Amino acid sequence: MTGIFREIYYTFLDFLETFGALQLFFLRLLANSPSIFVRRFRLVVHQVYNTGALSLVIIMVCGLFVGGVLGLQGHSNLSRFNAEDSVGTFAAFSLLKELGPVVTALLFAGRAGTALASEIGLMKATDQLSAMEMMAINPLRRVLVPRFLGGVIAMPLLAAVFSMTGLLGAHVVAVSLLGVDPGAFWQQMQTSLDLRDVSEGIIKSIVFGIVGSLLAVWEGYNAIPTAEGVGRATTRTVVITAISVLILDFMITAIFI
Amino acid sequence: MQQTRSVEAGTGLFVLLGMAALFFLTTQTTGSDTFSGSDTYQVTARFQNVGSLKPRAPVAMSGVTIGRVTTVEFDPESLEAIVAFEIDSKYDKIPEDSDASILTAGLLGSQYIGLQAGGSEFYLEQGSEVQFTQSAIVLENLISKYLFSSSSGNATNSEN
Repeated sequence: MTGIFREIYYTFLDFLETFGALQLFFLRLLANSPSIFVRRFRLVVHQVYNTGALSLVIIMVCGLFVGGVLGLQGHSNLSRFNAEDSVGTFAAFSLLKELGPVVTALLFAGRAGTALASEIGLMKATDQLSAMEMMAINPLRRVLVPRFLGGVIAMPLLAAVFSMTGLLGAHVVAVSLLGVDPGAFWQQMQTSLDLRDVSEGIIKSIVFGIVGSLLAVWEGYNAIPTAEGVGRATTRTVVITAISVLILDFMITAIFI
Repeated sequence: MQQTRSVEAGTGLFVLLGMAALFFLTTQTTGSDTFSGSDTYQVTARFQNVGSLKPRAPVAMSGVTIGRVTTVEFDPESLEAIVAFEIDSKYDKIPEDSDASILTAGLLGSQYIGLQAGGSEFYLEQGSEVQFTQSAIVLENLISKYLFSSSSGNATNSEN
């Protein structure tokens, strides 16, 4: 019986330790961010390209289809109440406040987070990070901070692109295919949406960008330097990011309401 | 070198697209408050019942939005609701004896304040109060009135 309690105690202690180390790691990244952003801007640009520009295709395709589904579902369900004209409102609310930031963050974890974690993990496994330290280059500044910043910058932009293509998809399905009046579609959306709703989505995407990049960089940096360890770090990145994003989404939504 | 340049161009394109998307979301999907940046003047009105009137509800004259409700408060002394709203200062020739009523857009739509022009030669200005007001029509009251009258009618019928 005491064995179980001891197990729980040590697991909890382990969790606290990891959590605290993650906070300290985050603070170190933040402390180094401004100087890297100013002095090694080119490195950051390169990472924005890797995480952002290369994720554009998947983001836009997914956005288009998520928006299309919202158009179909919204139309078929709202027409029971004779409120097909509110499809625009329905799609815009869902996309801007929830689906845009959340689905983008999940896709970001799958597309960019895994790439970051495995890249950094492999650098560690092949002793590139140790080699940098030998040459008196701080790998945190040279490798981790630019990747973190790249993700933080790319994520809100990706979420905005996702919401925009989503609205386009909803518009195509609802207006062009199902015959909702385009004026009603946009006008109803504009009367019921507020700048506050848009800013909720933007704040969410900024938070998710920070969390997603932080976890990816952290998992890669702490990967066990073997082939298996890198693989496990990649998996953990997706799992932990997905869980944290969904929990944080709930908390931010609760704050805003 | 060639590759770095294309990476930078790609990044630039991506950031521009993202910014354009953000701009689109903030300007095109939200209601365009045409007078939110321009000058306004504050006017108040007292109502017996404001229904479900909320701050930011439109103030319309002849169906055109000319202002927005800023606050809806209850006055504990007169036991009335005090609604403050702002009107775009380019509409500064609204007669002082105009009549404000709380209307509903459509059967189940949101409520707004409709101003009906009066005939006075004096105009509403900062801080003035609209004298003539008409309360919101509460659907439940109408329904209960109708039900009550029809059921009492039945009662008299059955007595006969």
